[in-house]
Amino acid sequence: MEIITEEYSIKYDVATATITWQGIMRLNGKEYAPLTTLLNDVMAQEPTQITFNLQGLKALNSSGITMLGRFVFGLQKKKTIQLLMQGSKDIAWQKKSVKNFQRLMPKLQFEWA
Amino acid sequence: MVQIFGECNNDPLKSQEYLRLRFSPSSAPLQLRWRNNGLSADFLADYLITFFPSEENDPQSCEKEAELKGAVSYIANELLENAMKFNGSTSNVPIKLELMLYSDHLILCVSNHLPSENIAGFQSFIHELLNTEPQDLYVRQIERADQDDNMTTSGLGLLTMIDDYNAKLGWKFESILQEKADNIIQKGFISRFLNKIASLVSSQSQRAKLTVVTTMVQLSI
Amino acid sequence: MLEIFGDFHEEQDESKEFLMIGFSPGSTSLQQRWRNNGLSADFLADYMITFFPSDENDPSTLEREEELKGAVAYIANELLENAMKFNDFSFESHVSLQVHLYTDHLTLMVSNNLPIENVLGFKSFIHELLNTPSDELYIRQIERADDDESGTTSGLGLLTMIDDYNAKLGWKFETIQQHPEIIVVTTMVQLSF
Repeated sequence: MEIITEEYSIKYDVATATITWQGIMRLNGKEYAPLTTLLNDVMAQEPTQITFNLQGLKALNSSGITMLGRFVFGLQKKKTIQLLMQGSKDIAWQKKSVKNFQRLMPKLQFEWA
Repeated sequence: MVQIFGECNNDPLKSQEYLRLRFSPSSAPLQLRWRNNGLSADFLADYLITFFPSEENDPQSCEKEAELKGAVSYIANELLENAMKFNGSTSNVPIKLELMLYSDHLILCVSNHLPSENIAGFQSFIHELLNTEPQDLYVRQIERADQDDNMTTSGLGLLTMIDDYNAKLGWKFESILQEKADNIIQKGFISRFLNKIASLVSSQSQRAKLTVVTTMVQLSI
Repeated sequence: MLEIFGDFHEEQDESKEFLMIGFSPGSTSLQQRWRNNGLSADFLADYMITFFPSDENDPSTLEREEELKGAVAYIANELLENAMKFNDFSFESHVSLQVHLYTDHLTLMVSNNLPIENVLGFKSFIHELLNTPSDELYIRQIERADDDESGTTSGLGLLTMIDDYNAKLGWKFETIQQHPEIIVVTTMVQLSF
């Protein structure tokens, strides 16, 4: 499962249950729908842990943060899947905003590259 | 009529460095123009960095520069996305984005036309934003978005500015006459003169009132 | 007072898309802010090109898009460099750059304060530009630049716009204040596509 455009890409590796995010995502609200579908498909496979590799995601707007927030919120309600986020402190939005996801899912784990 | 909410300095001090952008209101579809928000935000951030000559050998100053650039680019993009989404397609009010630089802070200002049916809703969200714990509001906004697929996310954009970037926010709502809006597009001497004559002869009934909202974001540097 | 040279007209309302950028005269040295000319010119070109929905499957429209983008970036940069070089920073007024888009052409305009002592020289260069065959003027300008070690001649930039990009140029000199006298010059470049 993957979505690749000129500006960004999102790829799911089944073997490691890792979603790798790359590029610049500043889509207009509803344009995030296909990404939400991909995330929901991954959730439906019920791996014990999902890893988000965000180290290549240079920009994300608040609509994108909302999309991620809703996914995290969904996992929290489900309670059976652990989430690990790998981020980079060199990327401004991650350093600033990634902590908020823990408010939605206190067991969420972070790893800084 | 003017209404102020939050920390909005009606007439900020003159800054030594500024950059003003003025965009035509929509005639092309929003989808086509969407990329210009990010483009403009990145340009603004990149332009600003010129005034922070960092020591290339000093990792600390380079880091600070990168952080500021990231913050300005994020905030300017959010402001523009909102302005483009809400600027009514029926008005000819240009969208303005301004960056003002001071010794220890900067101000980002965006102004756009707000259709009258959106005013009450926006003001009530501002009230919520200014009077709710950010943590609580964050969770509330995600829950709302989870329940309503059509929800526009402007709320989270403004919230992250306050909560994640320690920015101070303020708003100005101003009623103006449509023809004044026309004149905002700066013209030469002759057209200004003609406009003035036109406005003198136009009857009161033809003057429609518009609301222009200015969002002001203050960021310490 | 108002004086017009070459092809200059006030913007018409039929311009569908526009972008205006106002720059502070600023306290920072010209050298330090120099990179911002190129940055601003590239941004303007990139912004404007959004409104040319070219067909991704048609190489000729993509090529035309790239060509136009290159032309706008080049011209906007030249205009800004001149404006920043010649702007009279002793007054509190800004340099502005704008692009207006029409169905078959676009206009680029830059305005700045021209120091009074440069007004005559600039007008006489405009006269030369409008009345001399371009090859002749090209050589003349290169010779002049050769004599002028400071390299501050703006002539070649304007000449290449006409000669290499088929642009139409016009100027407006406007006295906006009498005592002391302040003159704002606006250079307009029209580009067909």
